Amino acid sequence: MSSMVLAQAAGEVSTGEAVTFWILGPAALAGGLGMIFSRSAVHSALWLVLSMLSLGVLYMVQSAPFLGFTQIIVYTGAVMMLFLFVLMMAGRENADSVVEVLRGQRVLAALFGIGFAGLLVAGVTRALTNVTPAPQLDPNSPTGGGAGGLGRLIFTDYLFGFELTAILLIVAALAGIVLATRDRRNEGAKKTQKELVEARFRGEYKRKTPFPGPGVFATSNSVATPALLPDGRVAPESLSDLIESTTAAQLIAKHERLAVAAEDAKRAEQAKALVSGSSGREGSPGEEEAK
Amino acid sequence: MTPTYYLLLSALLFTIGVVGVLVRRNAIVVFMCIELMLNAVNLTLVTFARINGELDGQVMAFFVMVVAAAEVVVGLAIIMAIFKSRRSASVDDTNLLKY
Repeated sequence: MSSMVLAQAAGEVSTGEAVTFWILGPAALAGGLGMIFSRSAVHSALWLVLSMLSLGVLYMVQSAPFLGFTQIIVYTGAVMMLFLFVLMMAGRENADSVVEVLRGQRVLAALFGIGFAGLLVAGVTRALTNVTPAPQLDPNSPTGGGAGGLGRLIFTDYLFGFELTAILLIVAALAGIVLATRDRRNEGAKKTQKELVEARFRGEYKRKTPFPGPGVFATSNSVATPALLPDGRVAPESLSDLIESTTAAQLIAKHERLAVAAEDAKRAEQAKALVSGSSGREGSPGEEEAK
Repeated sequence: MTPTYYLLLSALLFTIGVVGVLVRRNAIVVFMCIELMLNAVNLTLVTFARINGELDGQVMAFFVMVVAAAEVVVGLAIIMAIFKSRRSASVDDTNLLKY
């Protein structure tokens, strides 16, 4: 017991916390390294999730349970899932290229990283070796690290900052909406029906009306069937260039046959009328003129 | 071990984040490295709150989380907008900002 008190006074943490740290600290480091070194972006995201989960548990160990749960819910729950959504939409298929655009950049970055880490570690170690930490706060007490103590601070000392974060969140939500919605006035955007009609009557298109649809008869309902004009001719605009329309060909041939027959009949009738007019009907020149 | 070890861990995590930003070319992965750096700073803030026996560090970490959430929304929306016009999420392809 006395050794424990002595250890606390010297700034030692409890054994349970040390065990937690030595398990989760390397896990967090492994998550970070895995994120850098994995080629696929989705794997990077999953490694980062490991790192963030470990950090959340480390917060809880350090008498900050509210922050720990917020870390798990907000970061691994919301932010990383958002990342995965965007990855599935955008960056999944393009894995990082192995080609270095700037020569020697990776080596230089690694050297810089080693130097930076050495600097930070040396500075922190030198500055904090003789610091005796304060006794751990009790997260369950109203002034401890739980939601109660945090809430008290946020709504008294840090109220102004809290209001500012509220504004920040609203602006961020608006920015997300503005950036994500497509601009309708862009070229290439689909025109609405009203805009299309106005453009047609302004003369931007050749036709004012839409193309006629295919004809539908009792004998056929296929797209290859042409529409017929009021006099029985085939409307050529109703035929698709892509579809080989035998029905249309048949209809055109039939119409031509009918036209030829009608012409023949007319001619025969005319001949007959001429013949009969020359023989018997002298008194009707008006009929001839009307024709 | 002492609480200083947490600070060393967070220094290493921050370094990993910095190197990742320098090395990786996919914009989304670069963004994830920035998130890792923010997390490392949060660990530092929580550890300092614990060493001092005060809660102010935790409140700051809380604000950092809020700012990070807002930043993720805007950043990912920008990356999506670039991806729509460029069909690529690589930072090397975004060398012209005028289109």
